[in-house]
Amino acid sequence: MQTTIGIKSYGNKDWVYVRCVGELDMAAADGFRREVMIALQQTQLRRLLIDVSGLSFIDSSGLGVILGRHRQLAALGGQVAITGANEAVYRLLVAGGLHRVMIIDPPRSSREVRR
Amino acid sequence: MSGQELHNHIELTFAARAENVALARLLVAALAAAADPTLAELEEVKVAVSEAVSNAIIHGYGGDAARQVQVSAELDGRLLLVSVRDEGVGIRDIELAMSPSYSTEEEHLGLGFAFMTGFMDDVQVMSASQQGTTVRLAKHFAE
Repeated sequence: MQTTIGIKSYGNKDWVYVRCVGELDMAAADGFRREVMIALQQTQLRRLLIDVSGLSFIDSSGLGVILGRHRQLAALGGQVAITGANEAVYRLLVAGGLHRVMIIDPPRSSREVRR
Repeated sequence: MSGQELHNHIELTFAARAENVALARLLVAALAAAADPTLAELEEVKVAVSEAVSNAIIHGYGGDAARQVQVSAELDGRLLLVSVRDEGVGIRDIELAMSPSYSTEEEHLGLGFAFMTGFMDDVQVMSASQQGTTVRLAKHFAE
C-alpha cells in the first residue's frame, strides 16, 4: 500500500491528511501506523483525515490500525475522519463499528441513491 | 462443458509472512470467480480468507516467518470450501477466541472470527494447544 501525507485545512482547523492506495491488511498495517505516527508527531495536530478513495481492500488488521489512531487522538481531544470509501471498504468500516466513533463519508453511489 | 458442475481445487503452502496474506486471498478469490459470484460475495471470501491466514501468522506462529501456512480451496459447483491450517501454538479456548470483542493483541480488533462467521455460511475451528489450528470455511454462492 502507498500513502501520501500532507496537511489540509477545513474552516480554521488543520488536519493531517493521509491518502491510502492499495490494500490495508496486516502486511500494510505497520507501515501505515508508523507513517501516521510520524506525521502526527511532527505536526502536533490532533485531527486525522484518512482518504481511502484509492483503497481496494481492508480487513480487521486495517480497521485495527485506524481504530488505534482514533483511540490515540480521542484521548488528546482530537479525532479521526474517513472519506472516499468505496462500497466494499465502507461495508467493512461499518461492520467493524468504526462509524460509531468517527465520521465516515458514505460511498458516492449511496449518496446519489438518497437524493 | 455446458450442464456440468464445475469442480476445481488448489493447494498452497507458503511462508508465514504478512505479504502472503494477499497472495492467499487473491488465489482463493480467483478460484471462486469461476462460479460467477457477486462482487460482494467475492469480497466476503477475500476478507474471510485474509482473517484466517492473518490469524495463523499472528496467533498461530507469533510472526515466525520460518513456519508454513497451508491453504486448500475447493470449488464444487457453487459451493466453496476453504481450509487454512497452521502447526502453531493452537487456541486454548476456541469459544472465547471466537467471541466478537476478544483479542490478545492491543490494536487487533478481535473481529477476525466475527468477519469469518458473518461473511461465510459455515466456519469450523479445530485446534489443540501446541498442535496447530485448522479453520474450515464454507460458502454457497447464491444462484
